[in-house]
Amino acid sequence: MNTELTGVVVTYLITLLLAIPLGKLVGKIFRGEPNAFDFMAPLERLIYRVGGIDPKLDMTWKQNLVALLTINAVWFVYAFFMLLFQDKLPLNPDGNGAMTPDLAFNTAISFMVNCDLQHYSGESGLTYLTQLGVINFLMFVSAATGMAALALVVRAFLPEKTSLSGNFYVYFTKAITRVLLPGSLIVATILAFNGTPASFAGKDQFISLQGDTVNVSRGPAAGLIAIKHLGTNGGGYFGANSAHPLENPSYATNMVELIAQVMLPIIMLFALGYLINRKRFAWTVFGVMTAGFLLLVTPTLITEFHGSPAIAHLGVAQPAGAMEGKEVRFGPLSSAYWSIATTVISTGSVNSMHDSSMALSGSMQLLGMMTNAFYGGCGVGFLNYYYYLIIAVFISGLMVGRTPELFGRKVEAREIKIASIVALLSTLLVKGGVAIAAYVLVHHPDVNWAVKPAAWLNNTGYHGFSEILYEFTSANANNGSGFEGLGDNNFFWNVSTGIVMMLGRFIPIIGPLAIAGLLADKKYVPESAGTLATDTSTFGLMTFAVIIIITALSFFPALALGPLAEYFSLK
Amino acid sequence: MAQQSSPSERGTALFQSELIGTAIKQSFAKLNPAQLVKNPVMFTVEIGTIIMLFVTVYIALSGDKTQGTLVYNSVITVILLLTVLFANFAEAIAEARGKAQAESLRKTRQETPAKKVGSGQSADAYTTVSSAQLVKGDVFLCEPGDIIPSDGEIIEGLATIDESAITGESAPVIREAGGDKSSVTGGTKVLSDRIKVMVTTQPGESFLDKMIALVEGASRQKTPNEIALTILLAGFTLIFIIVCVALKPFADYANAPITIAALISLFVCLIPTTIGGLLSAIGIAGMDRALRANVIAKSGRAVETAGDIDTLLLDKTGTITIGNRKATNFYAAPGVSAADMIRASALSSLADETPEGKSIVELAGTDVTRGLSTEGATMIKFTAETRSSGINLISGRGGEPQRIRKGATDSIRAIVERAGNHFPPEVETQAKAIAGNGGTPLVVIDNEHVMGVVELQDIIKPGIAERFDRLRKMGVKTVMVTGDNPLTAKFIAEKAGVDDYIAEAKPEDKMQYIRTEQTGGKLVAMMGDGTNDAPALAQADVGVAMNSGTQAAKEAGNMVDLDNDPTKLIEVVEIGKQLLITRGTLTTFSIANDVAKYFAIVPALFVVSIPSLQALNIMRLHSAESAILSAVIFNAIIIPMLIPLALRGVDYKPIGASALLRRNLLIYGVGGLVAPFVGIKLIDLLVGLFV
Repeated sequence: MNTELTGVVVTYLITLLLAIPLGKLVGKIFRGEPNAFDFMAPLERLIYRVGGIDPKLDMTWKQNLVALLTINAVWFVYAFFMLLFQDKLPLNPDGNGAMTPDLAFNTAISFMVNCDLQHYSGESGLTYLTQLGVINFLMFVSAATGMAALALVVRAFLPEKTSLSGNFYVYFTKAITRVLLPGSLIVATILAFNGTPASFAGKDQFISLQGDTVNVSRGPAAGLIAIKHLGTNGGGYFGANSAHPLENPSYATNMVELIAQVMLPIIMLFALGYLINRKRFAWTVFGVMTAGFLLLVTPTLITEFHGSPAIAHLGVAQPAGAMEGKEVRFGPLSSAYWSIATTVISTGSVNSMHDSSMALSGSMQLLGMMTNAFYGGCGVGFLNYYYYLIIAVFISGLMVGRTPELFGRKVEAREIKIASIVALLSTLLVKGGVAIAAYVLVHHPDVNWAVKPAAWLNNTGYHGFSEILYEFTSANANNGSGFEGLGDNNFFWNVSTGIVMMLGRFIPIIGPLAIAGLLADKKYVPESAGTLATDTSTFGLMTFAVIIIITALSFFPALALGPLAEYFSLK
Repeated sequence: MAQQSSPSERGTALFQSELIGTAIKQSFAKLNPAQLVKNPVMFTVEIGTIIMLFVTVYIALSGDKTQGTLVYNSVITVILLLTVLFANFAEAIAEARGKAQAESLRKTRQETPAKKVGSGQSADAYTTVSSAQLVKGDVFLCEPGDIIPSDGEIIEGLATIDESAITGESAPVIREAGGDKSSVTGGTKVLSDRIKVMVTTQPGESFLDKMIALVEGASRQKTPNEIALTILLAGFTLIFIIVCVALKPFADYANAPITIAALISLFVCLIPTTIGGLLSAIGIAGMDRALRANVIAKSGRAVETAGDIDTLLLDKTGTITIGNRKATNFYAAPGVSAADMIRASALSSLADETPEGKSIVELAGTDVTRGLSTEGATMIKFTAETRSSGINLISGRGGEPQRIRKGATDSIRAIVERAGNHFPPEVETQAKAIAGNGGTPLVVIDNEHVMGVVELQDIIKPGIAERFDRLRKMGVKTVMVTGDNPLTAKFIAEKAGVDDYIAEAKPEDKMQYIRTEQTGGKLVAMMGDGTNDAPALAQADVGVAMNSGTQAAKEAGNMVDLDNDPTKLIEVVEIGKQLLITRGTLTTFSIANDVAKYFAIVPALFVVSIPSLQALNIMRLHSAESAILSAVIFNAIIIPMLIPLALRGVDYKPIGASALLRRNLLIYGVGGLVAPFVGIKLIDLLVGLFV
């Protein structure tokens, strides 16, 4: 226990030790100050020239938004058709088939929006070309999109009144050339030297001691797995994701992958603090997020350590904790820590099967995705936090007797309207999705889809409900992890989660960008003694309360019917 | 003079019986959906009530028991209806109080006979008409003992007027034509002299009429913060619609049938009905509190803006210092005896009626003044050109004509030097020293020979420094506006504790200062009375015009202070802050309440089909039905329980924003979490006796 716990603590501490100082470097990169990666400038100039981009052009938030959405639409079309025709394209040594249109639709959206929900298995569902040209490519650009989107809200924090918000293309390009590419290179090298495949050779074959012929899938995996974590993507090269022995061979690679995925969201926070010249604010946000993270991690570690009550009732001792669905080389605590890290951050990679987690851990994983703002995805984590912040600023501004202000800008009806819509949307997408699924399941169990609704669930009852809830929560949060145990490769799930993923990605980007654009264009009011400081622990507590209350109020009944009911009935 | 009760004492009881009657009637009238739709939260409750009504009628007719018993459904319906009625009552009682307050002011201007003077007629040829017949532009005459029939501006004459009916202040005031104090208010009484007054407002369009209309709701518009909050509350309401609608298929999946009553109860409990029901009452009460402070706000927005004020422009005289300066010292010029100096000073002021002049005579003492004679003397009044005043004696000292003057250093020096005399540098130095100490030096000359300097000092109002300190803690910067020279202004500013000052201020300077502050993003408030203040009053975000001021000033400002009290701005700022705080804290309270309601209702919904969820029934409520009833009852009665708080407003404490947030979060946030657990449990104990 002590060794395992130390492993978890050390992993988290290394993450912080790396992330906090790197925040300043990334801040410098986005502000265009001289930095260690200036040698990339020629490559960037080439990209700008080829793309016809004027890097000096400062655009309005609307122009930047159009740029962001347009380029995403292009990637979607590209990815969709690549997946649809992958069987006819080269680099397919295993001869894998094409995707069905609904699966291609789901997969293209899933990777474009940094969600990485996978209704296929990498070994058989993709070719090396689509692994690299679609999946690996989208992992880079979707992560860079999120980082660039964060850079676009910076002006709302600065005193100067402006209608401009920077240049999306420049932020986007630099995010790739100076952050994601170098970072992935390091992580991929470590993984490759630890046994993760990095070749174009097809399946390997060996004969086991029992005399069976075993085919082992491989391919250009190390690079993909690196950006999968660094860019908080989470889509596995192999079906079993990071529980697969080649995707995550040892405890050491497990630590590297954990550090890689938690690092960038924290880096982006401190980069923001540098960009807006408010270190204290960055620390306050970091404090709130860390408090939320620890509140989810701690109960999960405890329950997983104590093992399953169902087994305990049988009188069987569980000295190793809850091991069902977990890898022996990682153990229950590291797996528990990963399960929360991957859900608060929108990675969604797994090194254990969440379906087998204890009921309480399942609630914590769900809550992590429902708030989606405790660290959150790289760049977009803060954007999610941002609309909570607007609501917190509004209510607490009223409570101290002033028209609410955020960094000198008055928060008024329009901003509140946008923040309310964004907050509303996650409830609508998750609850609406689950409600429709539950309705179809109960009232039309025999619809003729690839998997009949009656056969969707591996488990009945509360756990089955959790499986449905988890799938939509994960899609909306752009997390991409699966509770599994759900027959999800069919028309209903491919289309419904596809739509949820898309709205769950872009509305929480459009909303904060719009709010920031509106705020930046307002008159700046200097702070006075009557202004509420947003970088204090009191205000941090207020924001925390707003996040918890909104999440709890939106999702309590669903949680009660799923994991909570299971938890109490097992007890 | 008859003792009048001051307006602030009028109707201090929160609920007067006659008001309650009106308010109850209004509560039912406000059920009209066309009116209620403006309040999205309560409107959805009304829809819920109607649905429950149908369910109840259906059960009564069909005897279907799957939706619960008839009694249970009827009770839920009634409680939901009560919830809407309570919210309506909150609004109605706030309106009734505001109206009563305004009416009590309006009573003073019931129909009175008016002595109307036709155009071109002499003042004596008047016809007596009713005040109701006066229209804008009419001229009427007022003589001692007359009640002034309408608001207007004096166009001829000067009179002392008893304004106690409006202000509660019993000391009579002087109003005269032409100056900044030319305005008279209907309902006040002329005590002496005759004045001719021109009517300035159409009947029914006075500020008071406008205020009454605002309070009554017809012309009440939501303020920007109220709109934003309504949107947020509507957002929460929509979230809970989704939550409750989705619950039906969830329950189907779990094989846990939910009754319509339970679903609607859950919904009504979750949506922020507490703040939704009290929101408009809070707004009206804010205007009403302003009115109680004898400030007529022309819009709710003005009151709300007052809470955001960053910079406050205050006139020195009357606000920071007590009215006028007083003589404190005589300094004789070199070679002049102190006794001669004092004699000259006293002589120059004997016939001077200004407070400064009187204070010089007072300081000189009766021993000196008794021996003075002003027989055959000519008073030289102060004019803006000469900037000096004094007296000419035909036979002064030694029977010779004597010209004594006192005035500002530079103007006296000009007189002295024009006469070819020497202006002693010692006097100059002394005058500067006085100014540097915040005083005003008056140089006294006798036949163009310098006698010495009189020191006049401003007396700073006791307690004013503390008030400015309070404002500073609110984050409001205070700026003193004065006609004094910069040295004097600086001294007084420091002594009184204001943050900045405008010395030798002209009206344009005020305007310029306001503009500069506003360019920096600040909101500025000022108070003014003169016509030349009007542009600045209009430019300021909150302009409070004094009721005694000119019509132009009153039109330009967005509030009118009936008391003509320059420190009123401070109160207005606090009223504005209270308004926002009350909204914020009740929103927090309302939303925090939901946690307990979830713990009451969710286990109750599923307890039959999912017994293990009983673990969530941490309040150990009696039964599913009593849990739902208790939650709905708590949700309903919390509204009337909070009406007093909504009407009075949550106290504002200038302890800094973060400390205030901590305090309010503790009281209304944590309180809002805990209170319903206790309340619902207590109600459940009672309900448990019957169910």
